[in-house]
Amino acid sequence: MPEYALRTAFRMGLALVFSILFTFLYAPLAAKTRLEALLVALLDILQSVPILGFLAATVGALAALFPGRALGFELAAVFAVFTSQAWNMAFSFYQSLKTLPRELDEAARLFRLTPWQRFLRLEVPFALPGLVYNAMMSMSGGWFFVVASEAIAVGKTEVDLPGIGSYMAVALARGDLAALGLAALAMLAVILLYDQLLFRPLVAWSQRFKYEERPGQEPARSWVLDLLRRTRAVRRLAEAGTTWALEALLRAERRFQVSQSPSLPTWPLYLLLGLFAAWGLWELLAALRPLGLAQVGQAFYLGFLTLLRVLGIMLLATLVWVPVGILLGQRPRLAARVQALLQLLAAFPANLLYPFFAYLLLRFHLSLEVFSAFLMVLGTQWYILFNAMAGSMAVPEDLKEAAKSLGLRGWALWRRLLLPASFPYLVTGLITASGGTWNASIVAEVVAWRGHTLEATGLGSYIARWTLEEGQGPHLLLGIAVMSLYVVALNRLLWRRLYRLAEERFRL
Amino acid sequence: MLLVAKGIAKAYQTGEKPFKVLEGVDLEVREGEIVALLGRSGGGKSTLLRILAGLIPPDAGEVRFRGRPVRGPVEGVAMVFQTFALFPWLSVLENVALGLEARGVPRAERLQKAREAIALIGLKGFEDALPKELSGGMKQRVGFARALVVEPLVLLLDEAFSALDPLTAEGLRGDFLDLWLAGRLSTQAVLLVTHNIEEAVALADRALILQGSPARVGREIPIPLPHPRDPSDPPFRALVEEIYMALTEREVVERHLEEELVRLPEAPVERLTSLAEAMAAHGGRVDLPLLAEEEGLEVDELFPLLEALELLGFARMERGDVELTPAGRAWAEATSKERQVMFAEHLLRRVPLMSRLHRALVERKAVPEERVLEWLRDHLPEPEAKRVLGVIREWGRFAGLLGYDDRARTLFLPEGEASGQSPG
Repeated sequence: MPEYALRTAFRMGLALVFSILFTFLYAPLAAKTRLEALLVALLDILQSVPILGFLAATVGALAALFPGRALGFELAAVFAVFTSQAWNMAFSFYQSLKTLPRELDEAARLFRLTPWQRFLRLEVPFALPGLVYNAMMSMSGGWFFVVASEAIAVGKTEVDLPGIGSYMAVALARGDLAALGLAALAMLAVILLYDQLLFRPLVAWSQRFKYEERPGQEPARSWVLDLLRRTRAVRRLAEAGTTWALEALLRAERRFQVSQSPSLPTWPLYLLLGLFAAWGLWELLAALRPLGLAQVGQAFYLGFLTLLRVLGIMLLATLVWVPVGILLGQRPRLAARVQALLQLLAAFPANLLYPFFAYLLLRFHLSLEVFSAFLMVLGTQWYILFNAMAGSMAVPEDLKEAAKSLGLRGWALWRRLLLPASFPYLVTGLITASGGTWNASIVAEVVAWRGHTLEATGLGSYIARWTLEEGQGPHLLLGIAVMSLYVVALNRLLWRRLYRLAEERFRL
Repeated sequence: MLLVAKGIAKAYQTGEKPFKVLEGVDLEVREGEIVALLGRSGGGKSTLLRILAGLIPPDAGEVRFRGRPVRGPVEGVAMVFQTFALFPWLSVLENVALGLEARGVPRAERLQKAREAIALIGLKGFEDALPKELSGGMKQRVGFARALVVEPLVLLLDEAFSALDPLTAEGLRGDFLDLWLAGRLSTQAVLLVTHNIEEAVALADRALILQGSPARVGREIPIPLPHPRDPSDPPFRALVEEIYMALTEREVVERHLEEELVRLPEAPVERLTSLAEAMAAHGGRVDLPLLAEEEGLEVDELFPLLEALELLGFARMERGDVELTPAGRAWAEATSKERQVMFAEHLLRRVPLMSRLHRALVERKAVPEERVLEWLRDHLPEPEAKRVLGVIREWGRFAGLLGYDDRARTLFLPEGEASGQSPG
């Protein structure tokens, strides 16, 4: 078991490294070149595509590349986790680049910092707190995918991909409850270690790079970081190391000073991309044609059912968790403790728990048609609670005092102060949760326990089913395309509007 | 000449129409001087400074640094920011060394130089602190050290003392001035943007006043006081007063220019003279209701007259009191002949409509009344335009600045006016 857990953890780490590399390449390109509009739009689309759908396709493709070996699956698993992190992180970095404080930008330009110097001294440090926070949050989603991808490999081939997910899948097939419990424990341990050894120190360290300090915020602490800082040898080494690296980079830059390249016209690039997109669309249509309109209509109908589940469960989760979150946020000390626990809960891959629920549903003869919605929200509800709490904690003290002195209490207090003031946070939470819920639908609409398979009617189960069938690419493609359409439409029609409303009316 | 700006213009897009901030700005910064750039808040001072620094491009005009056109930040110009603009994640030492790092100065050398600059500006011992550990005054000292360490020829100070409390600001100002006067800086000129008049008089060798909207350099006031300067010294006070006047008075005129200077008040000259005489008899300062009673008028009948006197620079209104200016008192007490000459002088200086008209007359000897009316119609509705024409005709004739041919409906230049003599 420990080896399996380590392997899973290693995959996560590798994906994180790739995500960081991608972020540092993609975001500056998007922020600083004339490709901005295009690259941002692309990122937006990538964020909307249900990643689990992707997964099946990439597993297939990569497995075909390295037949008979685990490497293909290994890469597919890493890629799955990568797709759950990279877009978020790149977007966060892009946003930071776009919101550099004017004065620092001016100082950097006035003192004529070199491009590298600007990147290392200004842009990366400024973006770090957001980037670290984002990486931590995406990591939570990442566990979900690494488990799912390991499990998928099991379903499809003889080659096994040692890891917690595959262990789990095997245990599931055998109906071994003890093994399942062990797997869950191992998962929890891995998450805890990642949190304590990597993210907590990173978060505490990145506070040094916060541009504005908000009063009243507890500084994040980490015993690991404290320990490292107290160890003189480590500190010296770190300082010497960064100094050396910085100097080397700057020296290298000077040596290879590139003269300002003449700005090329962008239209050939756009033309190329346009042709590429047209070709892709053509291929997609060609692949889907044999399915016929009836199949497409069917997919849209199934998508509608899944949409109902997503919206319904989001509403329910909001009704439950928003009041709880806001109440907790009003008790900061309690909230701080709950927050730590929540991060763990959010990181725990909910799909590990599905078999238990399958067992319960079978036992009590409950229908997955309704309860799959609960499974979907299992892992994503925490975002709602988390953000409600954060929003409530961010309500300014003076407004609270004003409300108190005016005698606002009960419903009036919630309606006039607490809900509006935390609204932007709530919207952020809902958007994140909604994205996650769509993704989860692919694994939550089909669950199994000891050979019994429960299936709900929906687009998620449609995709899941065709993932497991060989040679059914078109169906899978159709499923993913339709789900992407639903997600994009929901984003444009609902979430983006709510977000704008939040920014304009309720941002404090 | 170190830094020269010619014909600088800049507009910002606000909503649909571009809003002009600067237009036709000329200025020069010479070696060895501190120049203060003053103006109302939001009047384009900081924008101008950023254009000079090469941080933003002007829409029109050109900036030259040592004869070379400025197209982006140049070596040899450094800036101290109002908000400090320190990198919060870098230590004091790293912040100060930033500019040297950009120039590729080797590490040992730049740390050495940064340490020296830090010591020079009085921050020794804080090299390893982070900016957030420092007070505002100390932060700005870091800002100064960071700018001075690159040995700029021109130092730009963007409200560098404005974010500090008065005591701290004075301390830092004094320390900086000492360094400057002792010749311990390689900097050859300083351009200081400020809204604080006392600060300008305390530091600068001359003051440039940005006026109007869009702004241009409207006045230049030399500050020939020796250092150390004492803010309670009468010459110091006089300069503060002068700059204050330059900043405010122009603003009033500017406002008038748009409306009131064209919309002249209905004030027959006779009434103006008798009113001025009555006020002089009261010792030059009266309260309005009393004055109205004495003159047998309602208070609101007084207003056009007082407005006219104010416009001409003969009186000042202040919280229900009205007071003759020295010029107004002289005018009231003058003989009728002198009175006419003085009236003409004030009319030409303070009423743009009159000076325009006068210029046109000097050039062409005669101007059809209809032409003037047409011009007025561009600014005023029809009945008002006619009324104003009547007023300017009457005032101009009294002042001897113009004659009027009733039948030809033409304004003409009176005999002898061109040679500066008043007609009889």
